[in-house]
Amino acid sequence: MNIIFILIPLGLTLLTAAVLAFFWAVRNGQFDDMETPAWRILMDDDRAPPPAGEATRDP
Amino acid sequence: MAATRTCFHCGSPLRGPAPHTLEMDGAGVELCSDACHEVARTIRDDGLTEFYRFRAGPVTPVAGGAGDPRDRWATFDRPALQREFVLEHADGTREAQLLVQGVRCAACSWLIERAMGGVPGVREISVDPLTTRMRMRWDPAQATLSALLARIAVLGYDPYPFTEDATDRAAILERRAALRRLIVAGLGMMEVMSYATAMYAGALQDMDPAIQQFFRLISLLVATPVVFYAGAPFFRGAWRGLRSRRPGMDLPVALAVAAAYSASVWNALRGTGEVYFDSAVMFVFFLSAARFLEMSGRHRALSLTGALARHLPRVATRLVDGRPEPVGVVELAPGDRILVQPGHSVPVDGVLESESARVDESLLTGESRPVRKAAGDEVVAGSINLLGAATLRVERVGASTVLAQISRLISVAREERPRLVQVTDRVGAWFVVGVLVLAAAVGALWSLVDAGRAFEIVLAVLVVTCPCALALATPAAFTVGMSALARQGVLLRRAGALEALSRAGALVFDKTGTLTEHVAGIHRVEPLGACRADEALALAAALESRSEHPLARAFPRHEGDARVEDVRAVPGQGLEGTVDGVPLRIGTRAFALGTAEAGADQDAEQQSVWLAGPQGAIARFDIAEQVRPGAAEAAAELQSLGIEVVIASGDQPGPVRAAARRLGVAGWHAGLQPADKLALVRTMQAGGRIVGMVGDGINDGPVLAGADVSVAIGTGTSLAQHSADCILMGTGLGALPAAVRHARRTMRIVRQNLWWALGYNVVAVPLAALGLIAPWVAALGMSASSLLVTFNALRLGRDAPGARAAAPVAPLSRGEVTP
Repeated sequence: MNIIFILIPLGLTLLTAAVLAFFWAVRNGQFDDMETPAWRILMDDDRAPPPAGEATRDP
Repeated sequence: MAATRTCFHCGSPLRGPAPHTLEMDGAGVELCSDACHEVARTIRDDGLTEFYRFRAGPVTPVAGGAGDPRDRWATFDRPALQREFVLEHADGTREAQLLVQGVRCAACSWLIERAMGGVPGVREISVDPLTTRMRMRWDPAQATLSALLARIAVLGYDPYPFTEDATDRAAILERRAALRRLIVAGLGMMEVMSYATAMYAGALQDMDPAIQQFFRLISLLVATPVVFYAGAPFFRGAWRGLRSRRPGMDLPVALAVAAAYSASVWNALRGTGEVYFDSAVMFVFFLSAARFLEMSGRHRALSLTGALARHLPRVATRLVDGRPEPVGVVELAPGDRILVQPGHSVPVDGVLESESARVDESLLTGESRPVRKAAGDEVVAGSINLLGAATLRVERVGASTVLAQISRLISVAREERPRLVQVTDRVGAWFVVGVLVLAAAVGALWSLVDAGRAFEIVLAVLVVTCPCALALATPAAFTVGMSALARQGVLLRRAGALEALSRAGALVFDKTGTLTEHVAGIHRVEPLGACRADEALALAAALESRSEHPLARAFPRHEGDARVEDVRAVPGQGLEGTVDGVPLRIGTRAFALGTAEAGADQDAEQQSVWLAGPQGAIARFDIAEQVRPGAAEAAAELQSLGIEVVIASGDQPGPVRAAARRLGVAGWHAGLQPADKLALVRTMQAGGRIVGMVGDGINDGPVLAGADVSVAIGTGTSLAQHSADCILMGTGLGALPAAVRHARRTMRIVRQNLWWALGYNVVAVPLAALGLIAPWVAALGMSASSLLVTFNALRLGRDAPGARAAAPVAPLSRGEVTP
């Protein structure tokens, strides 16, 4: 059972990391707009291959 | 190529040979102007022809020739101007927030992002097609802002600086803080629950006391930030409520959380007894979630006001001695003349000087059909000029524009707390006191019966009775309901109007200007001679085109090249003159036919105008008031909703009866003075019935004030004079039945929420007091209940009748922006 004394603090560390990552995302405005990214996918770049001259740009 | 040829880029019809052709994807295309040619060529050369396949419709025609573009953008390089909307990053790059006019759909934003993404110096660019907002980050060492903006302009779009207003910023900050609290509470809850499950299982299987104690301390560690960080708003709210002696729903919440937490801490440190960390943490999480939802609904409603102002451009083109000159909108003054390019918003209220224009007023009226304007007509700020460049004379600027007035009205109405909310607030305060007394009593009783369980049961009672439905869901329903109505062009000046509108048993309509047009129309043409009806009408129109008489306006505009000569008006009788050499008379029967006859019949439902020539009568024109488009449908719909429709008019009985018959309305009263109308409303109210009054909002002030709820037809420009509770921004009455239905839905949802809250408490409180509910079950039940009522309230905004589908096209018609 002693493994618990290691695993739970490890879990807590991960939890803290998750919270910090989330705070970072919130601060960077990742959650400010929950609507437009859903529209953006409708306009996907990969549906038709870009014509010549376009190849250098990555999507 | 189709039968009607259009410009490949902007879709304008082409007449004659196209000025430009271009090879595009192996096919030749035709373009209408230098500007369109330039744009299309740029798009082709950048390899972005896919744009034309994906765009939702033709883009707005490209504005050309408004000064040298270089000049125009150079001002944006000035540090003083950049300070307003440009953010400097630590690595030397800069970021600007811009609004891009002309962005209509996702294809437009794709085009800009792709075309600009390859420009040296541009680090990051994103265009939001719904709000037309663009965020661009670039390296000033490699490119100047003016060059980048000029490049966007080459694509046919018009970027201009955008500064977020304070409420917008505050909303974003509030949302971010709430999200952070929510995630802390959520993740913390998951952890604590897993420890709690282990401990419950362990209690059955003889857990090692050391491990048990370890779990307790770990739970304490995780629960502490949840309670103090995520739960902070509840403690602050409770303290505020106590200080103002108006205990709100936060007080029992804070008490329950604080009690559960402190008892658990004590027990955890002591090493014996129960811990309730799981209950406390779950309570905080679910309440935060409900609050977050309510806040989102509120922000969506709030952003409507922000969205109104946001759509006004900041830059305008002023005409000085006929030469266009770009200026800031703030510099405009009444009397200036400005040029509005097609596809652009009108920045100020003005009078049209161009011969005609088509504008989209959907921002104000919710009506997306283009409105035709003629020279001399008012054009209000926020409408979009659709066709051809228009010249306007500035009338009102800034805070005095109609748009600004609307924004103010909306915010005033939002601040007012409807009666029902006030009632629930008061009831809520008593309820809270009752809960506290009850909890104390239950605690006292249980400490006599079974002292060991007393604390747990008091906790359950406190948690289970949280009056969240009462305090949260009623205002949420009102806010969401009002903003959904505003999106359809129904403005409420008083939140209480929603309640009155939903209960209205009768609506009294003013006739002229409300149900009927001010201008008369020809109801029927009765040919009396050899002429066909349309020929007779053309003759009459030709003759009447020379008349200033109000009745003359009923006739269609004279078109064609008939020679009209020697027109002479005989006052009170009619007109005589010659059309293509034929002498004609038009007017009363006696005058036209040259016979002597008695005067007009006062009771006649319509006036008749006779047209006669040398061979005798040609035709009779029955002229009657024109019923407003949609008025009959609206009246029928209101009646089907169980609302009695009554017409009260100051007009003669004849026309009123005619209008009532055409509208299918049984009740009508004619010849009423304003005082009589008020008396009528009062008698109708006698039985306790809720009576609404619908008028044009200006002439019938006292009646509007006397009715339980008053509705005015917005004339667009005189909002400030209205005394009505509710203003229909569109020209039609069609929004009225929709508004009634929506008001009823709102009130139904409010009632559902209140009944739910009541029923839930009636069932749950005795159970908790009897000790049948564990604190964590109580937390779950209460949270589910408040989530349920919040979702129920938010339903109003989601599927409001007539709410626009969230299509990526026509971003300006969407009045909402997620903050």
